Amino acid sequence: MSGITITAGAHAAGQVRLTQGRVARSEWIKLRSLRSTAWTLAAFVVVTAGTGILLCQNALSHLHQGKHLGTSPAVLSLYGAYLAPITIGVLGVLLATGEYSTGMIRATLAAVPRRLPVLWAKLGVFAAAAVVASEVTLLVTFLGGQALLAHTHAGASLADPGVARAVVGTGLYVTIVGLFGIALGFLLRNTAAAISTMFGVMLMLPVLANLLPPDIAGHIAPYLPSNAGQAIMAIHPIPATLAPWTGLTLFVGYAVLASAAAAITLIKRDA
Amino acid sequence: MIEAHGLTKRYGGKTAVDDLSFTVRPGVVTGFLGPNGAGKSTTIRMILGLDAPTAGRVRVNGREYVRQAAPLCEVGALLEARAVHPGRSARDHLRALAATVGVSRRRVDEVIGLAGLEAVAGKRVGGFSLGMGQRLGIAAALLGDPGTLILDEPVNGLDPEGVLWIRSLLTGLAAQGRTVFVSSHLISEMAVTAEQVIIVGRGRLIADTSVAALTVDGSLEEAFMALTRDDVEYRADTTAGLAGTGRR
Repeated sequence: MSGITITAGAHAAGQVRLTQGRVARSEWIKLRSLRSTAWTLAAFVVVTAGTGILLCQNALSHLHQGKHLGTSPAVLSLYGAYLAPITIGVLGVLLATGEYSTGMIRATLAAVPRRLPVLWAKLGVFAAAAVVASEVTLLVTFLGGQALLAHTHAGASLADPGVARAVVGTGLYVTIVGLFGIALGFLLRNTAAAISTMFGVMLMLPVLANLLPPDIAGHIAPYLPSNAGQAIMAIHPIPATLAPWTGLTLFVGYAVLASAAAAITLIKRDA
Repeated sequence: MIEAHGLTKRYGGKTAVDDLSFTVRPGVVTGFLGPNGAGKSTTIRMILGLDAPTAGRVRVNGREYVRQAAPLCEVGALLEARAVHPGRSARDHLRALAATVGVSRRRVDEVIGLAGLEAVAGKRVGGFSLGMGQRLGIAAALLGDPGTLILDEPVNGLDPEGVLWIRSLLTGLAAQGRTVFVSSHLISEMAVTAEQVIIVGRGRLIADTSVAALTVDGSLEEAFMALTRDDVEYRADTTAGLAGTGRR
């Protein structure tokens, strides 16, 4: 029983207190202590880099055959980011719904009964990890892809207008997809529901919008979350899409709305 | 000290906890008894702020749990259903909880030792037996060295040695002046551990008294059966017959 005296250990310095920073530290421990985090991040790197390099390789053979490229090859190396909902987005969802499916949420909220610090900490810690992973992955993929195209007239450099913005911005887009996943996870509390919603909004809505009559679609499509966010990937202006930073800002707006809804749900609903 | 005043919880049309008022004092083990579905777990969830009361309020050490500056250091809780991610090691689980209020890593290792989990602390919780899961839950409850402990069915799944361990742990914690509130449906277990009992049935308070006062005329089990006779949702006829015989 000597190990559980009131004066020993925990209370010794009298400085135990719940703070937002400490909750963030707790969430960081949670994030890195699950194998699924490493696996999903690895899947993101492989999918993003693999897609980018394959598309550049494909472009190279097209160029060798003297064909014209429909898309700027600089953008091709970033195309893997279109698949971000499947990797980073799912990781974000699982960080939230994993708490509910395992019952861990009760331990988490008993430790942080004010609840909102948990949501902010999860968003913050994930954003920090995801932005590093995605920026590094996209930069390396871009440089790798351009190395393949170096001897053609189609190669691009980070110094070319809009290229650095597209590369860095795509990393931000990917990160926000993950944050959107966390918000959906807290909102719906169920892995299947949150992932379906994420895929529906990010991958299906743009397809459905294309089925509308063109004059109507033109008014809707650019403002859909994924289309708005992906505007940042364009190097040259594309008709019927938002300007790069305008689009990304709108996408951030959607993520903020989802997070606000998640915050209200977290506070109002019994755990 | 835990003080509940008019605590009520309704889910749709069903009342799980009905105008429940009680006080749990420090220095003794207080048993929280009731048939299945009596509202014990719901009450505990409301104490911890996991469920919001429909009416009434509950305070821990004079303050709502949600408003505590260092929640983990005020109240240590073991929840009935397992509240652990199976993919995480026991040590990482405890470290993550400890980090929320800045409890040291040394204390994490201390509670691991206290719960007898040294050999498995680095293993993923998914492979734990029910008994080891309970020990981990108790380790988590002790993390913040709290003055109040709330344990929901702590002996569930424990082997005889574990049951003895819990008994001496609970009485030891109470002897140190802590508030120890333990729910159980095992009356005989409470008879040997608890000094005070709060008995509920269908969400209502049935008795709030000392074990000594209840066992003047017989065993705690007999007293419990007599008190909760009308509040049990399901009971086999034979049990009802036996309980009746016992009372006559």
